[in-house]
Amino acid sequence: MLKNRLIAISLLIASVLIGYFVVQVEDTKFPYKFGLDIAGGTHLVYRADISQIESTEITNSMSALRDVIEKRTNLFGVSEPLVQTEEGASLEGGQKEHHLVVELPGVTDISQAIQMIGQTPLLEFKLAQEVPAGAVDVPLEQGTSTEAPAPAFIFIETGISGRVIEKAQLQFDSTTGEPAVLLSFNSEGKELFAKVTNENVGELLAIFLDNQIISSPVIREEIRDGKAQISGNFTPQEAKTLVRDINYGALPVPIELISTQSVGASIGAETLNKGIWVALYGILAVMLFLIIWYRLPGLLASVSLLIYISLVLAVFKLIPVTLTSAGIAGFILSIGMAVDANVLIFERLKEELKSGRDIDSAVREGFTRAWLSIRDSNISSIITAVILFWFGTSLVEGFALTFGLGVLVSMFTAITVTRSFLLAISPKQDTSFKKFIFSSGINSPKH
Amino acid sequence: MFVINHKKIFFIFSGLLVASSIFVILFFGLNFGIDFKGGSLLEVAYSEREHPSLEELKVNLQELNLGNFTVQETAFGEDQNRVEGVILRTRDLTEGERESIISTISQEGQYQIEEKRYNSIGPVIGKELRGRAIWAILIVVLAIILFVAFAFRKVTEVANSDNKVSSWKYGFAAIIALMHDIIIPTGIFALMGHSFINYQIDTVFVMALLAILGFSVNDTIVVFDRIRENLGLSKRESFDEIVGKSLRQTIARSVNTSLTTLIVLLALFFWGGEATKQFALVLSLGVIFGTYSSIFIASPLLLLFQKKK
Repeated sequence: MLKNRLIAISLLIASVLIGYFVVQVEDTKFPYKFGLDIAGGTHLVYRADISQIESTEITNSMSALRDVIEKRTNLFGVSEPLVQTEEGASLEGGQKEHHLVVELPGVTDISQAIQMIGQTPLLEFKLAQEVPAGAVDVPLEQGTSTEAPAPAFIFIETGISGRVIEKAQLQFDSTTGEPAVLLSFNSEGKELFAKVTNENVGELLAIFLDNQIISSPVIREEIRDGKAQISGNFTPQEAKTLVRDINYGALPVPIELISTQSVGASIGAETLNKGIWVALYGILAVMLFLIIWYRLPGLLASVSLLIYISLVLAVFKLIPVTLTSAGIAGFILSIGMAVDANVLIFERLKEELKSGRDIDSAVREGFTRAWLSIRDSNISSIITAVILFWFGTSLVEGFALTFGLGVLVSMFTAITVTRSFLLAISPKQDTSFKKFIFSSGINSPKH
Repeated sequence: MFVINHKKIFFIFSGLLVASSIFVILFFGLNFGIDFKGGSLLEVAYSEREHPSLEELKVNLQELNLGNFTVQETAFGEDQNRVEGVILRTRDLTEGERESIISTISQEGQYQIEEKRYNSIGPVIGKELRGRAIWAILIVVLAIILFVAFAFRKVTEVANSDNKVSSWKYGFAAIIALMHDIIIPTGIFALMGHSFINYQIDTVFVMALLAILGFSVNDTIVVFDRIRENLGLSKRESFDEIVGKSLRQTIARSVNTSLTTLIVLLALFFWGGEATKQFALVLSLGVIFGTYSSIFIASPLLLLFQKKK
């Protein structure tokens, strides 16, 4: 008896502390984290064109792409950008779509955001093969070309692109003083470059920047040291920009914008504000219902509901869970589930009281019997949440996460908190009044 | 028990509802939102009270060759703080088109505007999302059958020889109830999308359907749990009596749980943001039909399955 009361009191004190932690919004190490739809920001989805990439290389290229874009966004000073690759469902043709998802919190100027990401250069090396005049193809536009008529060329992919470049440096030719860009390949690029130059001595190697030829030197010999120099007709400024762009993001894979979502900060604040009021009204109404219908146990359930809410919010702060409007909906729904566990227990308690047990044993028995139902029904909710989390888009994930966490925490509060409270206050001697406040519904128990 | 004795009436009632829902869905089709079919939504607010009229905007936007589009007026806040704006729905837009729309709406920067929300979703993404949504629902349904069959695997051991119903049949009954619970709200939405209210089938709708699955099976499992317990306790009673008794014992809990959940959902519907309004409505429908089906459909179905043996 005393033990039960001690447990209940320490639970109460602990939850007051947790509650204090939960309402602390400013000056805290654990602030709430809000999603784009609440904090404002831009969500972009790009399709990566992987048609030119070997299927074994796709994963690598995509993660290289991700790194490059991430560098870009960091360079522009966006706080906590999220850049991730995503595999789409396979469409007609059997090939899977590959997407790049970019989330930029706080950036509401869409044009600026798109520029920040989209204006990265695509650097490619292609072999230029002369085809007999007449066989129409792209004429090779080379600034220094003096021969006329310009021969026609076809371009063959070599697989050498910005993806395999480690860094670029600005150089000036010692004799002419012209600016040039020195590229250093990474180990993969080095090998590839040596192989291509070895096999194609005497051919032209065209260098494309964003599908424009900038230079097409003749391959004189195999190049093994993994370095290449581009000397188009750059001005020093152009060369400098190129170096910066390559270092900070030569895109390994061409990308195309397929979806844009942007939320202004004001609309988000409105959603949050409304969400908080809804939660408050909802909780108050539920507590009122519980107290009217279940009397004393209902009051205890209301207290344990409050504890449940502080616990969940504390978990959201600690993980941290990014709260979106879908996430808040999931949380609000989980309140319903949390109440359900209590309702199950109380209905059992009522039955046990009716069958003539004293309050203490009715409480214990009610819990034991309700536990199976609580377990089974909550496991099915958790299964649903897990599947949603795996299969969903970011919106559904937010819902699944808060809902799943909510159900888990509610199992804990129902079996520990409500139980200890009920045991702590269950009276030693049953009187009809005590039985009345412990029972529920419109019919009072028989004696 | 009333429910058991009149189970045919409930089966016919639900059967009719489901059949007419399917008919409505097939006949009217579903009104997909832009995230499922591709398209754009742009919401702007004018900073000042003065702004171009809707008619003016329509004429100017017409010149941009956007195909079919709709413009709708919105307002935020009350009285002094009232801000007016527009919502524009079109096909999916390129960045260039978006910029020219913005300049049209602001009349070349003559009126100050705030871009509150912009979504543009390509048709490919939409198609992909639809595919994913269908898979998610199918997999949740499958997982629930497996889970119920597993959780109730011992149900044949405790029952007496007349009352043995394989746990797979419990799973199957739960799934029929679930399909009932998601088909009817979908039918209602198809009807509403077709008529006066512009409710759309989008990701939020699917999310609500999935939540219904979770909630409704929850409800059904609680009743089944009671049936299992009673099968073990009283070996003399017939299956009919046991199912009836279990329903009677759990009905208060089913109704109360649904009520508390409905309270929260209605709060979300009436006071929540625009984004969660539709979610709350679908889910409320689901909770109502889910509670109904776990009492009047799932458990009586068990009797039907037992008789068929």
